[in-house]
Parts: sequence; structure tokens; C-alpha cells
Amino acid sequence: MTHTINAVETLEDQLTREYGFNDHFHEHHHGDKFQSNFLTHYVFTMDHKMIARQFLMTGIFWAFIGAAMSIIFRLQLGFPEADMAWLKPLLGKWITVNEAGIGRLDPEFYYALVTMHGTIIVFFVLTAGLSGTFSNLLIPLQIGARDMASPLLNAFSYWAFFLAGVVMFFSLFLSTGPFSGGWTAYPPLSALPQASDGSATGMTLWIVAMSLFVVSALLGGINYITTVLNMRTKGMNLWRMPMTIWAFFVTAILGVLSFPVLFSGLLLLMLDRSLGTSFYLNEIVVGGQVLDRVGGSPILFQHLFWFLGHPEVYIIILPAMGIVSEVLSVNARKPIFGYRAMVFSILAIGFLSFIVWAHHMFMSGLNPFISNFFVVFTLIIAVPSAVKVFNWISTIYGSNFRFNSASLFSVGFVSMFISGGLTGIFLGNSAIDIQLHDTYFVIAHFHIVMGIAAFFGMFAGVYHWFPKMFGRFMNETLGKIHFWGTMIGAYAIFWPMHYTGMAGVPRRYYDMGASFDAFKHFTDLNKFITVAAIVVFFLQILFIINFFYSIFSGKKMTTKNPWGATTLEWTTPIEAGHGNWPGNIPTVQRWAYDYGKGGEDFIPQYIPLKNGENDHGH
Amino acid sequence: MTAIIILLCIILISVVLVQIGKVTELTAQIKGERETLKDNSKWNAWIGLVFMVVFLVAVCVSAYRMRNVMLGYGPLESASAHGSVLDSLFNVTLFFTGIVFVLTHIALFWFAFKYRYKEGRKAQFISHDDRLEIWWTAIPAIVMTFLVVRGLNAWNQVMADVADGEEHIEIEATGQQFNWIIRYPGADGKLGTRDYKLTTGNNQLGQDFRDAKNWDDIVPAQELYLPVGKKVRVRIIAKDVLHNFYLPHFRVKMDAVPGMPTYFVFTPIKTTSEMRQELRKYPEWNEPYDPADPTGPKRWEKFEYELACAELCGKGHYSMRRIFRVVSPEEYEAWAKTQESFYLTQIHNKDGKENEDPFWEQTLPIEAAAIEKKLTDDVKAAGESEAPAEKAIRLDNIHFTTGSATLTADSKYELDALVNVLTKFPSLNISVNGHTDNVGDSAANLELSKQRAASVVNYLTTRGVSAGRLRSAGLGDTEPAESNEKPAGRRKNRRVEFNVLNQLPTAEPAS
Repeated sequence: MTHTINAVETLEDQLTREYGFNDHFHEHHHGDKFQSNFLTHYVFTMDHKMIARQFLMTGIFWAFIGAAMSIIFRLQLGFPEADMAWLKPLLGKWITVNEAGIGRLDPEFYYALVTMHGTIIVFFVLTAGLSGTFSNLLIPLQIGARDMASPLLNAFSYWAFFLAGVVMFFSLFLSTGPFSGGWTAYPPLSALPQASDGSATGMTLWIVAMSLFVVSALLGGINYITTVLNMRTKGMNLWRMPMTIWAFFVTAILGVLSFPVLFSGLLLLMLDRSLGTSFYLNEIVVGGQVLDRVGGSPILFQHLFWFLGHPEVYIIILPAMGIVSEVLSVNARKPIFGYRAMVFSILAIGFLSFIVWAHHMFMSGLNPFISNFFVVFTLIIAVPSAVKVFNWISTIYGSNFRFNSASLFSVGFVSMFISGGLTGIFLGNSAIDIQLHDTYFVIAHFHIVMGIAAFFGMFAGVYHWFPKMFGRFMNETLGKIHFWGTMIGAYAIFWPMHYTGMAGVPRRYYDMGASFDAFKHFTDLNKFITVAAIVVFFLQILFIINFFYSIFSGKKMTTKNPWGATTLEWTTPIEAGHGNWPGNIPTVQRWAYDYGKGGEDFIPQYIPLKNGENDHGH
Repeated sequence: MTAIIILLCIILISVVLVQIGKVTELTAQIKGERETLKDNSKWNAWIGLVFMVVFLVAVCVSAYRMRNVMLGYGPLESASAHGSVLDSLFNVTLFFTGIVFVLTHIALFWFAFKYRYKEGRKAQFISHDDRLEIWWTAIPAIVMTFLVVRGLNAWNQVMADVADGEEHIEIEATGQQFNWIIRYPGADGKLGTRDYKLTTGNNQLGQDFRDAKNWDDIVPAQELYLPVGKKVRVRIIAKDVLHNFYLPHFRVKMDAVPGMPTYFVFTPIKTTSEMRQELRKYPEWNEPYDPADPTGPKRWEKFEYELACAELCGKGHYSMRRIFRVVSPEEYEAWAKTQESFYLTQIHNKDGKENEDPFWEQTLPIEAAAIEKKLTDDVKAAGESEAPAEKAIRLDNIHFTTGSATLTADSKYELDALVNVLTKFPSLNISVNGHTDNVGDSAANLELSKQRAASVVNYLTTRGVSAGRLRSAGLGDTEPAESNEKPAGRRKNRRVEFNVLNQLPTAEPAS
């Protein structure tokens, strides 16, 4: 790879030479056999840009698996009478074929699918795939660093995630099946192999995989925090950081503070499972056998789990918020409205996310008095969230809004975040939660607000930064088909679930109509949802086709800054080597949102302030 | 075959879409970047606007169409006293969030439409507006405060436990894989204590039968009844894993946790039949219950309040159904009378249950009334009968200390009952016969049986029954009721019986 040497020095080159920071960087690895080796370049790489791509590819792999699982259990819910024998080659003994030749999905495996779908999407896709990809890609590039604070730990972070994936994938093929007790893994169900097949080896592997995942999240998180705090280029003070960096920074702090708590929860669970302790077990008779386990409390696990679990949903949604803020601003050609309010609301959400965990436990037998506090803190979160929504909408107001795949997904994100966020106000109020807890209303709420919304943030990021990652553009037409299909389809899947939830239908029912009269009015609605899910699934395959097709033959990127963005990642060469900038590191002279200022379309961050010009970050 | 065709279609559609993508990209290159962006923005802004309108209309229409299946609306208004409080809180929240939902969606898509990319349009440089930020921080904060205050008010009312001395019925729900066991307190109104270590196949709940409160507890196997208008406190617990006691129509939901009893207090306000009459007014409830049987019962006729599990508990989670029937207090009392104590009917002195029964071969005071009733009925039947075989009546609840003719203290319940029966039927004459099993020396057995019969007669005479009405005899092991091979059979053979010696006039009093 060579970088183009322009005969005429551009303004950017001139400014970088003049103001840039010379850290005596030489591209030592360039072209030498050590770095050009396929294994070290693509596999055991320490370049944050390549690690970002590794996270993204692995995330796409897991998203495909997780989504395919949801299609299988949606078939069961939408068409419980249909013959599933055609799935036998794939699922083997989990499809039982009766004398009439009709194949049925085994309920045990239905619950395994539901459990794996949740675990995979929440952790492997929307945590590692989203935060891992974009924190890695954008933190060094946008703050003006050559790489992460520790490229080695960064590589370890990916490989720990990869190993976690290997273990989890292996567990899918166990004869007792993968873990089937729900992604929240509540004991005693998860602690007692006698209680469920999935709680045997499947659960052991689940714990091992999740522990490796915690290692990955911690190594990544510590790196992101350190990099943001210590590696910013000259002039990049905190109030000049783009919203993406703020979001990744707070996300990393949440992860570092909460993942260890999950790990300790899982460790105690492992002790209960293998060493006969009773941290979570008390007075249990299972399968007619009286267990000699007393003194523990299943509620303790729920506290430990949700102490991670609630920040976790913000670990998922904050990066998406950051990406959307950035993409909206770039395509609106306007500053993000209320930059400081946006930062403070992220900080407020991050802080509050640690003191609301028990709102998942209003109906768990927790002392009802305690719930009072959690109701108050939970509903306070609505305030910074509302501020963010109003600011996004205001960013679009008075803009010159460019519609492309990335900006469409950002608009879609805002819509999803509103729809899903508002239903949180019902669920966060413990009194209403009595009726809605563990019904389809909850499924609708969190799939819209942290599932679809986070995916939309991720798609916005992929379409927007695809040129940065692969030097080519994704196909815009396919991107728009992908967006509108997914937008309509996602609402078609999840909006009706509000109604089934309000009718009282509980979640995690293998069959809604078979046993209960109260839950069986929804045959047609369930068919509709399943068909919509299948359509949306194929639209995501279209995205994957577009993604891989564009890597190899998408439209080539010819200029460094195709979107006309102010941030530093668009100042690196189109094919940047390890170290990002071939010469000096650009220094930062202004905030990240000078769009449309003083009649200019945009003013990049490395351009010095004019005499008497205000920096809006301050 | 169909699978292959579907697969081929999907591949074909994908190829077509990719080609469309390529073609549009080529035309875009010809048209130029700016022109394409302008066209794209125009098209997508319009699609967005149409989407917004269709979406909002679809939301309203679908909600209206679904109104009769959602709890809190139409026929499914709450069947419990506290439920309507929660339903109205839901609607208040729906009102505020509905406004925000509609307005923000209109703003989002309208602004995107209005300010879509146009050549030469200048975006306005608006970085922030502190006054606006304060407004839209303050307004949500005020609305949230209102909702929190209302919500917590309702929450603390609903979750309050029954006060000391407050009148209520306490029942107990135990979740296990995969059914609910419901226990009623019986006549004493109190649930007996449990110890999970006492759990056996027979004693599913691990009831400690040494506790007299357990003796009359009822564990109905069929429908469960509740009186309308009475406060019910459900004590909720699980045996194996987490479950959740969920009565959707009553807005009742609470986890069942092993080793940690939880509770929920509610008051049913609509009987099952009132609910059915209400549902009858809606056309969808007048469809046949079973679509395969159009002339069969209508849906409203088959309506029941259902108990479900709402916490994942394993592969049978979706099938933990029980039926609660809410009835008038009188009907409830009548039902309660037909329910029999679990301990007395399933455990106490039942064959093979000696390990679970702390009062094995003993008679409990709680049984006295039933014993007297049975004895009266038996004597009446025997007195009216002519067949000699039907003249013999076993006295199951008379016991002696091992190897002697001394009556145990708890024999007095049946003996006193016998005294009462003899008083009720003044013309009744009986012969008391002692029997033994075949263990030991036959002569000794014969002697023991004689003495035992005599000591029964002795008890009766000391209680004022005239000796002339009584005879006694010992038969030893000569007339076994069953084979002596097994302990259960020998137990049946060690007995005291009496024969009704005369025909009783049918007119003699029954009480």
C-alpha cells in the first residue's frame, strides 16, 4: 500500500504539518514481512481497525444464528399445528415425529432456543458486536490516537469473546441440549440439573462462555476508558469529543463496574451447582427428592444478575445513541442540538442505570417497600431519555437533511426509542407492572427499545462507517430496501405484542392456546407476527449479502471525507495502516459539530478557530 | 419440493434485488451525486411521511379493534377490588404517553420531510437553546412525578398485607413442576405448619401433621372456590424452582420462591356466573367454544377464571393451569362442606402411611363427630337389615395397649359415640366381639380377645348403659377378616366388632 503524494499540498496536509503533533511515528511495519503475513494481518492483529472488523464479522455470524433461532420458535408460536418434520435434518432429536408423520418441536428445545436467542443477541451481538466494533474503530480514530492504550489487551479482548463464542456454540450440540432456563438464568432452575435437561452440561458451558465474555468485556472496557482519558490528541478536551466517544466512554465505565458483579453471581451459581453450596438454594424438593440445601436465597442471584443486567441494557443502547447522534448531525448538516445536554443526559442515564436494577424484580417477592425507591429512580430515567429524543428531533429541525441508509436508520432509531421508551413508563411503575410483568407487553417493550433500536443504531453505524472500514460504500438502494422493510416489519412483529401482553398472555409459553382459554384469542395475530418475522429475517440476509458484496465490489471511496464530516477519522488515508496517520497526528482546534456555521457547510475539527470565533463545545 | 421452490424463489429475489441495486448505482453515477441525493431525499422523505400517517392510523385502528380482548376494557374489566385502580393508572399513563408518542412521531417525520436535502438549502446553525432544554426537562419531570405519586399510592395499597384481626380467608398456593397445589385451611381457618423435609410422595406439601391445624386442611384436586366480596390472602411458595402465581382477571401476580413464602391479598368482586353474563353481551363470546362443534356450548358459557404460571419453570411452564370459581358466600360454604380433610382422608390410619402419620392407630378428637355419624348410620342400616352378615359393625377406633386389655385414652371417642348411639336407640341390644390376629399362642389370643371385649362392655356400663343390653364374646384368631400373611391384613384382623342383635323399628330417631 502506498499513500498518494499530492503534488499540491492540501489545506489539511498543511495544517497537519503546521499544527499536528509529531510523535516521531514511523510506519515500521509497512510492507515488512512481519506485518504483511496473512495471519498477523487478519487474525492475530493488534490494529484496532482490524479488531473492530473482527468484532463486526463475529457479531454478524452470531446475529444470523440468534435470528434464525427466533424464526424457529416463532414458527412454533405462529403455526403450532404445522408439521416441523422438515427441520429434522437440522435439529435432529429435538423434532419428535409422531405416527402420523407430523413433526413437533420439543418444548425443552423451544426453551433452549428462547434462552440462546436472548443470550446471543444481548451479549454476543448487541454488546460485543455493537460496542466492540464501534468503540474499537472510532475511539482511536476520533480522538486522534494511533491505537488503543494497550493493543495487546485489545486483541485479547477479541479472542476471549471468540472463545466464549466457541464454548457457547459447542453447547448447542450437547445431547442434553444447551441451557434452557431463560437468558436471565434464574436459580434454582439453572442450579439444578434435575429440574431441566438444559441445566445439566448446557448450563455449565453457558457459565464458562459467559465468564469468558466477562473477561472480554473487561479487557475491552478498561482499554476504552484508558484510551479516552489518556490518548486524546492535543486540543481534544472532553467537551470537544464527538457524541460517539462520550457514549462509548460511559458504556465502558458501565461495563467495567457491572460485569464483575455478574461474574461473582455466576461464580456462586457454579459453586451451588458443583460443590454443594447453598447460596441460592433453600428448602428444595425436586422430582420427589428432598435436597439437603438450606439457607440460601434465589433472590440474591436476581440482585446480582440485574446489577449487571440493567446497566447492560444501557451498555447496549448508549453506543447506538452515540452513533445516531453523530450520523444525524452529519446528515442534517447541523450541530447536534444541545451538545452539553446530550452529554449530561448520557451521564445521568449512566448513573441512574446503577440504581434501578430491582425494577425487574417487583414481582419477585422483594419487600414491596423497597420497590418504592426503584420506581422513583426508574421513572426519573424517562427525563434524560426525553431530553435526548427532543434534541434529536431538534437536530433535524431546520436542517438540510440528507436521506441515505445511515440517516434513515438513525431516524428509525429515534422512532423505535420513542415507542419502546414510552412503554417503559408503564412497566417501571410497579403498580402497573403487577399486570404487565412477564407478559408479551414486556417482550414488545424491550425488543423495540433495546433490540430493534440498538440494531438500527448498529446499522446506521455500519452504513456510515463502512467506507472507513473497507474503503468502499455499501449499496444505497439495497440499504433503503433494507431500512424500510425492516422498519415496517419490526413494528409489524412487535407492535401487536403490546395487545397480547395487555390481554395478559405470559411470555415464554411454548403454546398459548393449548392449555389456557384466556390466552388463545391470538391465533391469527401470531401467524401475522411469524410471517412478518420471516420477512424481516430475509431482509437481514439481504443486508448480509450487501455487506459482503460491497466489501469486494462496492463503489470505491475516492475522497477521504465522503460525508463531509468534521471528525478526525475522516482525515486518515483511505487505506490507513496501523497507526492511522502516516505523519503527524492532527490536533484539534474546535468542537466536533461546526456544521453550517458562518455559511460554511462544515469546518473540520483540525481547522483553527478564526479570530474572535466561539468554540461551541465550551 | 415446495421447500426447494421457496428456496429458489428466495435466491432469485435476492439476485434481482442485488441487480436493482447495481443498476440504480450505475444510473446514480450518470445522474451525478447531488442529483441522486436530491431524488433519494425527496422519495424517502415522502415515504417517511406516508409511513408516519399509516403507522399512527394503524396504531389507533388496531388498538380499537383489540379493545375487547385486552384486560381492563370491554368485558374484561377487573374482577378484583384493587384491579380497577391499576387499570385506571394504566389508562392515565396511556393518556400522557399517547400524546408524546403521536406528537414526537409527527415532529420527527414532518421535520425530516420539510427539511429534506435540497440543492442550495442552508441548514441553520442552531447549536443549543438552554431555555428549551429546561422546558423539556421540566415538563417530563412534572408528569413523571404525577405518575410516580399515583403509582406508589396504588402500589402500597395493593401490596399491603392484611392487618391484625382483619377478616379474611387465607389459602396457600404451592408451585411445583408442573402444577399448582392449593391448600385451604379447613374449619379452623388456619393453615397448618410445613417442613419441607417431611415431603414424601404421599405428603406432597410436607405438612407437619403433629400440628393440629393441619388435621382439617383441604387440598382440592378439582376446581377451587372463592367467595365473592371476601378478602383473600394467598400465601405463595414453591417446592423446586421459581414459579409465579398469576390470576390475570384479578390482576394478581407474585413469584413463588422455594423456602421464602410470599403473599398477595385481593378481593374478588365478580362471581364466575356474573362474569359469564357480562361476556354474553359480546358477539365474539357467543361463538361456539369448540369450533369443531358449532352447536355446542358458547364461549361465554365455558368462561372460567384461570390460574397460570408466569415465571419460567422448565419445559412444562406453559401448562400449569387451575380453575378458580368465584361464587356467593353461601355457595362457597356449601362447597367447603363437601371438601374433606387431606390428612384424614389420605394419610391418617391409611394402609402404608404409617411413616407419615404421627398418630398412627390413634384416634383424634377431630374425628369424634364423624365417628358418631358413621356409627349411627351403620347401626341404622344394620338394624333395618335382615342379613346376618350386615349385622356386624367394626369399631375401627378402639385400641388397646399391646398384649393387654387396657383401652388407650383415644378409644374414648368411639366408645362415647357408641354410648350416644345406644342412648339414641333405646331398643338396641348388642354383642361386643373381640378378635386377634394369628401371631402367638391361639389359646392366649382367645383369652385376650375375651378380655378386650369385656373391657369395652365394662366401659359402656360405667357410662350408664344397662348391662342387660350388652353381651361380650372373644373369638381369638378364629374369624380373621383377611389373610394373616401380611401386616396390613393382620392389622385388619385385630379388631373389636359388635353385632346388632335385634331388628330396630324404622321409626326410631336418627338424631
